[in-house]
Amino acid sequence: MIAFLIKRLMHAILVMFVISVLAFAIQDNLGDPVQQMVGQSVPESEREAIRERLGLNDSFLVQYARFAKNAVQGDFGYSYFYREPALEVIARHLPATLELVFAATLIIVVFSVPIGVYSAIKPRSPISRFFMGVSIIGISIPVFLTAILLIQIFAIGITITLFPQGTGWGAWLNGLLSTEGNMPSFGRGYDLVHVVGHWDTNLATWDGVKHLVLPAVSLASIMLPLFIRLIRAEMMEVLQSDYVKYARAKGISMRRVYFVHALKNTMLPVITVGGVQIGTMVAYTILTETVFQWPGMGLMFLDAINHADIPLIVTYLMIVGLIFVVTNTIVDLIYGFVNPTVKLTGKPA
Amino acid sequence: MALLEVSQLDVRFALRQGEVRALRDVSFTLERGERLGIVGESGAGKSVAAFSLLNLIAKPGFIAGGTITFDGQTLNTMSERGLRKVRGNRISMIFQDPMMTLNPVLSIGEQMVECLKAHRRISTKEARAIALDKLRQVQIPSPETRLDQYPHELSGGMRQRIIIAIALLLDPDIIIADEPTTALDVTIQAEIMALLLELCEQHNVGLILITHDLGVVSQVTQRILVMYAGRVIEQGSTREIINDPQHPYTQGLINALPQMATPGERLNQIRGSMPSLSNLPSGCAFHPRCDFINRADGQPRPACTQQVPAFVESGNCRVACHMVAEMLEDRRLKEESP
Amino acid sequence: MTTSTTTTTPSRWKRLRDSYLWYSFKRDRTAQLCLAVFICLVIAAFSAPMLAPTDPYDLRHIDIMSSELPPFWIDGADERYSLGTDAQGRDLWSIILYGTRVSLLIGFGAVMLQALLGVTFGLMAGYLGGRVDAFLMRLADIQLSFSTLMVAIVVGAVVKATMGSAFYSQYAVLMLILIIGLAEWPQYARTVRASVLAEKNKEYVDAARVMGLRSKRIMFRHVLPNTLSPIFVISTVQIANAIISEAALSFLGLGMPETHPSLGSLIKSGFDYIQSGSWWITLIPGAVLVVLVLSINLLGDWLRDVMNPRLYKG
Repeated sequence: MIAFLIKRLMHAILVMFVISVLAFAIQDNLGDPVQQMVGQSVPESEREAIRERLGLNDSFLVQYARFAKNAVQGDFGYSYFYREPALEVIARHLPATLELVFAATLIIVVFSVPIGVYSAIKPRSPISRFFMGVSIIGISIPVFLTAILLIQIFAIGITITLFPQGTGWGAWLNGLLSTEGNMPSFGRGYDLVHVVGHWDTNLATWDGVKHLVLPAVSLASIMLPLFIRLIRAEMMEVLQSDYVKYARAKGISMRRVYFVHALKNTMLPVITVGGVQIGTMVAYTILTETVFQWPGMGLMFLDAINHADIPLIVTYLMIVGLIFVVTNTIVDLIYGFVNPTVKLTGKPA
Repeated sequence: MALLEVSQLDVRFALRQGEVRALRDVSFTLERGERLGIVGESGAGKSVAAFSLLNLIAKPGFIAGGTITFDGQTLNTMSERGLRKVRGNRISMIFQDPMMTLNPVLSIGEQMVECLKAHRRISTKEARAIALDKLRQVQIPSPETRLDQYPHELSGGMRQRIIIAIALLLDPDIIIADEPTTALDVTIQAEIMALLLELCEQHNVGLILITHDLGVVSQVTQRILVMYAGRVIEQGSTREIINDPQHPYTQGLINALPQMATPGERLNQIRGSMPSLSNLPSGCAFHPRCDFINRADGQPRPACTQQVPAFVESGNCRVACHMVAEMLEDRRLKEESP
Repeated sequence: MTTSTTTTTPSRWKRLRDSYLWYSFKRDRTAQLCLAVFICLVIAAFSAPMLAPTDPYDLRHIDIMSSELPPFWIDGADERYSLGTDAQGRDLWSIILYGTRVSLLIGFGAVMLQALLGVTFGLMAGYLGGRVDAFLMRLADIQLSFSTLMVAIVVGAVVKATMGSAFYSQYAVLMLILIIGLAEWPQYARTVRASVLAEKNKEYVDAARVMGLRSKRIMFRHVLPNTLSPIFVISTVQIANAIISEAALSFLGLGMPETHPSLGSLIKSGFDYIQSGSWWITLIPGAVLVVLVLSINLLGDWLRDVMNPRLYKG
């Protein structure tokens, strides 16, 4: 276990190193901090003096070392736009994104496992076929379009006049297909409850949860079908295996065969893929937060790009990189715990 | 009434290209404590026969006809719930490849205890005690530690011992062993086989041993069933079939054993290969590979290519072969007219 | 597989018609429908200058007075604009045709670049092994763990910040092809590497090596043809992904400018007007995008079932 941990840690450090070099290279080549600080009017000689004082004329390596040292101490420089430490800006936006990701993950886990397992056990049933059909459509609709559709249907509302209005059944059908559109679709609302530090939560009040619903469903909308299909495919493969056949030959109940023998083996590859998909999830938060004006890191990042706020962009990259590395390491550890064949050596047998 | 009676079992696979008949007209019986060998090349339907006994054939396959009677119960029409009470409890199975049979993510103890608890109302502690006892019976070194180990920590031979222990857990009436030693190292094969035989004799458990190895069958079983292309072509007592095989295919199988060959010469082979089940030759399925389709006078026997041979009694054996039938008929005629 | 020496080798068309691919295509209604839809969309998009009633790139056709007109089935529609107009008064039908063309162009271009990079690197990693393999696959792992879309967004953002918005807009098509191509090569590399590793130990490769062929020749002439079917299968999915990635980038303002919109930037420009009730500006291009991607995805599903290659998981 120790060897496995150390190996994972080394890998994590290597990845963080690569990210920090990239981030620093971006910062080094983009934007002139002196110009940001003093504006155009200051004469060249004075700028040169500031450059010298800030160490901007040192070699790349020296500057990187300084950058890395500061970063480790939590100093990522000042945001041009917000005029405050970049890390502070990130910390203020982080809870909103984490809550959004948490809610979406909850939706994904709660729905993908039962649906995936069911459609693997009964691949030919109409319900399975329906879910498979819906899931391929789900994969084909980009996240931001799902978000827009949800806004149109649940926030703006649609009025259907497809059926004749005069008749009773026509009005009833029209009413059935029309929606009122009273779901909030903009920001986090004002009914937030302060928890600690920068963390105000949406999860404590009904209004807060209502604000969270549409963004979370949008964010889950692509991952959910992906996971349903993945779980189904893996489960179907496992169900063909000798050990499942053998479990049946032992006369144990089908419920145990499916949920103990098959599901545990199914989840192993799913956990690995889940770790990889965390990255995609963060990318999708940028899109979802843009559509819903959700005041999280994704929206902040897009604003930073539009303002050419280089320190904030760089800090975002570093923090997101850190989140990836940490979650991937955790996922690997979970995998190691669930899979008995990964033990001590850190190599799957 | 025999303990297990299979009559006219007919198993088919519904494939995209149409139905394929994997077993036709398979009939045999097994007495309490008897050991029966089912022999044939791969693809002859041995494994399908084994799995269909407990109605465990995978999806496109289904039992289309015939009856399987076990201790007065008809297994092939029984509900899944009823079958579950028989599986692992009164009839248990040993699979071919011990590397694939045990679930990699569950400990050995868990896989043994779940089987006991599925059939008996006992506590986990009692179940572990029984499991430990069975592990001792299969002569596993340090059985106490094995319960908490996972399959990947054990060798193939050890795993097969554990599977034998699981098969014996509930003191079944019959064990169906599907090529239990094929996937093991040659050095361990004899050991495992001897263990299985010893335990079966000791507990008076019936054994259905499925194998392509006539050598093993001749040492372990009392009766033999020879299968070819989904049919039984010869059955009888092991001694008679090994010493005096009637069917040309059985003769070929025995001649092909390495110990039958003259040292330095090539091994004897049966020419050609088994036909595909979806495209069986007419008449006797073996006729394209048979050396005896010509009569004594050199003329081909038309029945071989046109008619499916029926069983004839020859001594204690039953053989499905036109040539044998003809020889028996000739002998009878000679005896009648001296 | 054996052809006797007396008969000539059958033509490609004949071989296709005898193949299992064609057989299952004839039986699969969904695949037929999808291919038909896809071909229609491609033809319509690339003959946009002929089909479109107006040229949306031509500023003279734009009439701000006729902006936000609804499509024909809604009251208040103008018969000149069958699908209505967008916020700038451009004919929606025309601009969708042109937009689809841009989306397809970037999708195909990016996939070709991905395939070129990915196949080369995958072959190198799989065939040469050792350090080359370790380096390339570690790079691919890191890139994939960040997800391709994230990489594309970051690269897009950095390039845009470096070059400036005006320059970026001018070369947007090229930029998007480069960005998406660079972001997604690991998919190809991993698939190709997996099948190279499977092929490498087969006897024909040994035979080629014994014959004294150079490793480059063995790779491209002997190993590559045997990895084609998984490449073919993931290509369909990759085209769909590239089109979605492009749309996402454009939606974030990192893609096509509104003067030369793709489907993604059309959706973006329409989104601002959805609250005022003009849903068609964003939802009609959205529907076209979904139909396009869905037909490609369904074709990909069908192909994967038919060819059943061992794809690299994860």
